[in-house]
Amino acid sequence: MAKFLIPLGLFVVLLGFLFAGLGLNPREVPSPLIDKPAPTFTLAQLHDPAKTLGTTDMKGQVWLLNVWASWCVSCREEHPLLVELGKARLVPIIGLNYKDETLAGMRWLAQLGNPYDVSVVDRDGRVGIDFGVYGVPETFVIDKQGTIRYKQIGPVTAEALEKKILPLVRELQKS
Amino acid sequence: MIRISTALLAALCIAGVAAVALVAPSSRAADAIPTEKDPVKSARAVKLTEELRCLVCQNQTIADSNAELAVDLRRQVREQVDAGKTDREIIDYMVGRYGDFVLYRPPVKGTTLLLWGGPALLLLIGVGVIFVVLRGRQRMPDEVPLTAEERARAEALLGGAPKKEQT
Repeated sequence: MAKFLIPLGLFVVLLGFLFAGLGLNPREVPSPLIDKPAPTFTLAQLHDPAKTLGTTDMKGQVWLLNVWASWCVSCREEHPLLVELGKARLVPIIGLNYKDETLAGMRWLAQLGNPYDVSVVDRDGRVGIDFGVYGVPETFVIDKQGTIRYKQIGPVTAEALEKKILPLVRELQKS
Repeated sequence: MIRISTALLAALCIAGVAAVALVAPSSRAADAIPTEKDPVKSARAVKLTEELRCLVCQNQTIADSNAELAVDLRRQVREQVDAGKTDREIIDYMVGRYGDFVLYRPPVKGTTLLLWGGPALLLLIGVGVIFVVLRGRQRMPDEVPLTAEERARAEALLGGAPKKEQT
């Protein structure tokens, strides 16, 4: 009897692994930047190219860096949530306008609403590479010391916002 | 005859595909990076980009891929080669941003131990199973001695039968 139970048991274990594998997203590659200092940048602002904004300007506050572009379809998906979050003024949101046309980006924000305190322009995607961006949109939670604490790959969902991002932001704001 | 010719055709097809597969990556990689004045540096850049995985297509190298990110990363590699960075420094730059996943040859360390040791482990388990099964089979006749009744029947079958036929 045991002779037949062993292969059956192994098969069930294999099924368990395969089933768990179904729930994993191979596109979500863990970022080595979590708990590391955010890469520094100083970039021109989208709406006022004469002004710049950099990581040093954000020191001392918890903030979100949202990588977006007008050509990015999934950005449309998360945008209403970000607009809502922006209105709630819980946390400053900085937009990194990634490999986009300035005019197209500005038109996009005018049409769909602007959730960002400031958007900065990363025309050739170099800052994106420093942040390990490989799929837009991506969202980073950065703490008061300028350390990356969380990275959302793909659109921000209501679930991710309520269960992960906002609790983390509140906790970081207290410390 | 027909069977032989189909087999030949299949072999030719496989050989053809293999030849294309062997030639294609290097030629495509060469297209991807415009020829530089320094062939040594250019060769280094191509070699490096063939070691790095494109995170958008995931199963293509950044030399192979036409994804925008791959184009940008090729540019980064080329610039860093021009700036005199060593291969190690360039690989570290990529790993620092995209993690070990960016490497086509993952390093041996704690988290990749199963990946590297897995095949050897499976082989050992297989050899072990075969060993146990074979030994079990060898032992089987010894463990169950024949009863007197069975022995008599066996003898009748082996020794008795020819005698009967003769008479």
